[in-house]
Amino acid sequence: MDNRNLQTPSQTIGPFFAYGLTPTQYDYEFESWVDNNMVADLDAPETIEISGSVFDGEGKTINDALVELWQDDGEHKLYGRFGTGTDEKNRFIFKTIKPKSVDGQAPFINVILFMRGQLLHTYTRIYFDDEANLNQSDKILNLVESERRNTLIAKKTEVGYTINIHMQGQKETVFFDL
Amino acid sequence: MSDIIQTGFDREIQPNYLYEGYKSTLLRAPTKPLIMPKKADLTLSGPVFKDFELGALDSDLTKNAVKNGEPLGERIVVHGKVTNEKGHPIPYTLLEIWQANSSGRYIHKADQHNAPLDPNFSGAGRCMTDAEGNYKFYTIKPGAYSWGNHPNAWRPNHIHFSLFGGDITSRLITQMYFPGDPLLEFDPMVQSIPLKGRDLLISKFDLALTEPDFALGFRFDIVLRGHHATPFENQ
Ligand SMILES: [Fe+2]
Repeated sequence: MDNRNLQTPSQTIGPFFAYGLTPTQYDYEFESWVDNNMVADLDAPETIEISGSVFDGEGKTINDALVELWQDDGEHKLYGRFGTGTDEKNRFIFKTIKPKSVDGQAPFINVILFMRGQLLHTYTRIYFDDEANLNQSDKILNLVESERRNTLIAKKTEVGYTINIHMQGQKETVFFDL
Repeated sequence: MSDIIQTGFDREIQPNYLYEGYKSTLLRAPTKPLIMPKKADLTLSGPVFKDFELGALDSDLTKNAVKNGEPLGERIVVHGKVTNEKGHPIPYTLLEIWQANSSGRYIHKADQHNAPLDPNFSGAGRCMTDAEGNYKFYTIKPGAYSWGNHPNAWRPNHIHFSLFGGDITSRLITQMYFPGDPLLEFDPMVQSIPLKGRDLLISKFDLALTEPDFALGFRFDIVLRGHHATPFENQ
């Protein structure tokens, strides 16, 4: 690490981020500058809903996580965020579009997770179960042992896709060190 | 983006996912090894954030939630420079901040700490770095508060920060502390940081920034991972 400036250490987002980072979603007066609607036209035919829950090591849903989606297929560079504390089932819900395949890679969305109990955020990805061929040949997915690969693959629903994130346990989601 | 020299989390500075002193990590830290892709196989260019206007009072927490008077507590001004690991400034990147009031109470509905709310203070704000990577905001010095981690656990005074930089690897959420706080040595959050990095989150009192008859100045510089420029449209 020649001459580099030292990275500022990370600290937890804690339990009380909502009125600062997602105030409109949680009904605080401060206005959000970004939310879970990542596309302008929510009724466009290509708009999909991606939803799911985040589970802790005891299998309980986490109701104070902040989920961020970052996607970039060259054409659409999109960002959205949503806290898991307002949905009655503590799900995250996003409206976005499915990214395209870039250079033969399987299409995917980057996910950054923040929560109380995480001193450092975690990175994971969302792939899509109707892209079986591209998923099978994808370089990044192939870094993951085959039994765990399905933790990254969202299932098609009538309105989009659904995927659950497990922090620990048998179904522990694959996280990345980026 | 060929100018990216990407570095991972510096493990000599960054906390681990699992830290037993901070109980909530026990059920939330990944237990299996993380997957580390080759840098060449990653698409790192981030999204372009949609254009939005910062509100005129977004960076002045002493004014942005006033209902019927001024918030109670010590006014402070916090400034600093945001750079990458090479020391290059990161211009026009967003900082979001949130904190407790001067009594140590958050307006968050789930905060049960028995200290008064301040009707004229919300503790939420945001600001953008300028062309040289500098930022500045006004606020009230947050109070300490107790929490349930262990018996008689108290958080030192702190302000929560959220920053972007250029891509997903530069994303940072952290907390700024104040010099001389006696609670720092007892706080699991602070102690989770390896010794080499621990002082980096403690702001410095800055007499030159202190505004006469108005506010004490504190300096807090921030270094983000990753190496490329801002994705924000609204410079
Ligand atoms: Fe806090």
